[in-house]
Amino acid sequence: MAAESARGRRQPWILLSPSLATISFLLIIPMMFIVVYSFWLRTATGADQVGFYLDNWQEVLTDRYYRDILFQTFQIAFYTTVICALVGYIPAYFVANTRMRSKTLLLLMLMLPFWISYIIRTMSWINILGSSGAINTFLIWTGAIDSPISMLYNQTTVILGLVHYLLPFMILNIYVSLDGIEKNLTEAAQSLGCNGWQAFREVTLPLSFPGLAAGSLLCFVLASGTYITPLVLGGPRDAMFANLVFEAIVTQLNWPLGSALSLVLLALLGVLVAVYSRYLGVDQIAKSFR
Amino acid sequence: MAETRNAVELRNVVKRFGEFTAVQRMNLTVPDNSFVTFLGPSGCGKTTTLRMIAGLTDITDGDLLIRDKRVNALPIHKRNLGLVFQSYALFPHKTIFDNIAFGLKYRKIPRSMIGEKVKRALDLVQLPNVGDRYPNQLSGGQQQRIALARAIVIEPDVLLLDEPLSALDANLREEMRVELKRIQRELGIATVFVTHDQSEALAMSDKLVVMNNGMIEQEGAPEDVYNNPVSAFVADFLGHSNIIAGELDGPDQEYMPVHLSSGETLLTTRQQAGRVARVEGSKSVRAVIRAEKIDLSTENIPQDGMVALPGRIKTVDYLGQTARYFVTVNGRDWQVINPINAHPHAEGADVFMNIAARNCVILPGHAD
Ligand SMILES: Nc1ncnc2c1ncn2[C@@H]1O[C@H](COP(=O)(O)OP(=O)(O)OP(=O)(O)O)[C@@H](O)[C@H]1O
Ligand SMILES: [Mg+2]
Repeated sequence: MAAESARGRRQPWILLSPSLATISFLLIIPMMFIVVYSFWLRTATGADQVGFYLDNWQEVLTDRYYRDILFQTFQIAFYTTVICALVGYIPAYFVANTRMRSKTLLLLMLMLPFWISYIIRTMSWINILGSSGAINTFLIWTGAIDSPISMLYNQTTVILGLVHYLLPFMILNIYVSLDGIEKNLTEAAQSLGCNGWQAFREVTLPLSFPGLAAGSLLCFVLASGTYITPLVLGGPRDAMFANLVFEAIVTQLNWPLGSALSLVLLALLGVLVAVYSRYLGVDQIAKSFR
Repeated sequence: MAETRNAVELRNVVKRFGEFTAVQRMNLTVPDNSFVTFLGPSGCGKTTTLRMIAGLTDITDGDLLIRDKRVNALPIHKRNLGLVFQSYALFPHKTIFDNIAFGLKYRKIPRSMIGEKVKRALDLVQLPNVGDRYPNQLSGGQQQRIALARAIVIEPDVLLLDEPLSALDANLREEMRVELKRIQRELGIATVFVTHDQSEALAMSDKLVVMNNGMIEQEGAPEDVYNNPVSAFVADFLGHSNIIAGELDGPDQEYMPVHLSSGETLLTTRQQAGRVARVEGSKSVRAVIRAEKIDLSTENIPQDGMVALPGRIKTVDYLGQTARYFVTVNGRDWQVINPINAHPHAEGADVFMNIAARNCVILPGHAD
């Protein structure tokens, strides 16, 4: 009896071992390196000094510059998430409720953007909004303006690029929870006296909330960690936190500082995810990738 | 107010889905306080008809009246209906109390009265203490009771139930069936009940509506429909029947002979025969004899108005209180269901099938 239950307790671990091994090699061990790096020090000669120094951490945690950019990053991520949620709900609702046979096709079309490199998708905005881009060319051709207006390289275009990148994630998450709602529920609500809008507010919206929450978390986290969009579509003042990491490590080759910076972002997003899963359940996210 | 009004009336109602006609020119009344059951095979249009009454599906043609008012174009939330689904359809994110209070809230009932009404509804379905639970904390049977409470608490003009019991297991079903009927009687609420379980339909209805292919085959009191099916479909669908072609013959008298195509002769009554417009001489008909209306005996005891056909038992299915036999008579197998006293008849035994004239139902003959 005892042996049996011991085996029963061991079995999940045996089954999990391949994934655990993969995760440790690809995620946990490299992460350890980053943690260790963050306590090294880069000397004036450009060499890394091995040891236990708190200098990087002190710089990262006290310098206003980093704090401001962190704030700006979360601000951009927040706007992006809100816009994605508002804009994404409608197509998700449509796909979930359509009587068309081509539901799968519609879902496939949502995935279509993923087949094109994210960098190329981001760059495409230059051809649309740039000074010789589609909009300016058209306006000049119609005579509405004489010289191109500058629309690129500001916070708005960064948010635009991020929405473009993240919208499918949001739509899929909302779709999954909308699709799981029994049709009879809205019918029941209507038979009890709700009009269509009231039934939506009472039944559909609250029941799709888990998907909305999961999609929002995903968007927020992905937006917070991005550096390509601000690099391509942002101006010099629109740097996000990941740009700092990129610059420290790739431009300045300052691995210790870059490590400390990336750990700060990781820790903050980690806290966010923890709070979320405590109150909302992150397993919702998994559902959208069935 | 003495005369009974109709809670629901359908006049020549038609429903088409594209080319396909799901309901064809249906005429039907649901009298006040009555329990009307739609019975029929899968796909015959029961749900579609119910959904048209509810306002969940629009009507292609014809008129729908609720309490003598034409409501074809009235949206569902303005019809005062109680709806119960097979899948319960309770709001999973609301407590049982809030589920039941939902319809009252939209009827602008004052808060103080809502509590009172919800409590009464919970008492009525005999689940007084579950108000602050969530639907997933209740069993299937309990959830269905709550769904019923939610539908009746708004005091609807009509209660519409689409196979509300078919998700429940056999025992619970039986219990809920009694419960449902009790509640319906207690409230005196006009009810339309959809099922494809014939025993449910026979036990519960004041009026039984047998449907097939989007049309009403027969409607009437359950006993009437059961004993006097007007078509082979109804005869076969309600219980098990032996349907055999034959010729009605002889002078107009109390008992009249029917010569079956397989060679035997049965007796039927003048009343039965009268249902087939008789041409002079003989007339080709179909004789319908219910499996449970044939008495098996080992001896031939001649009786007035009764025919005894000798046969041999081919198979016996033991069903508990009854047994089902296939009895071979002149090469044809007859289905017979008889109660068992002491022992069922044995396989291979020689028996007499006693068939009373009044149990030989006559339908017009087929062309084929
Ligand atoms: N929305 C729809 N579009 C097209 N055809 C439909 C639609 N709804 C129902 N039908 C068709 O109408 C017919 C009647 O359907 P209905 O659901 O009323 O059957 P039912 O009698 O309730 O059957 P069951 O006992 O299986 O529930 C079926 O042939 C069905 O395929
Ligand atoms: Mg149905």
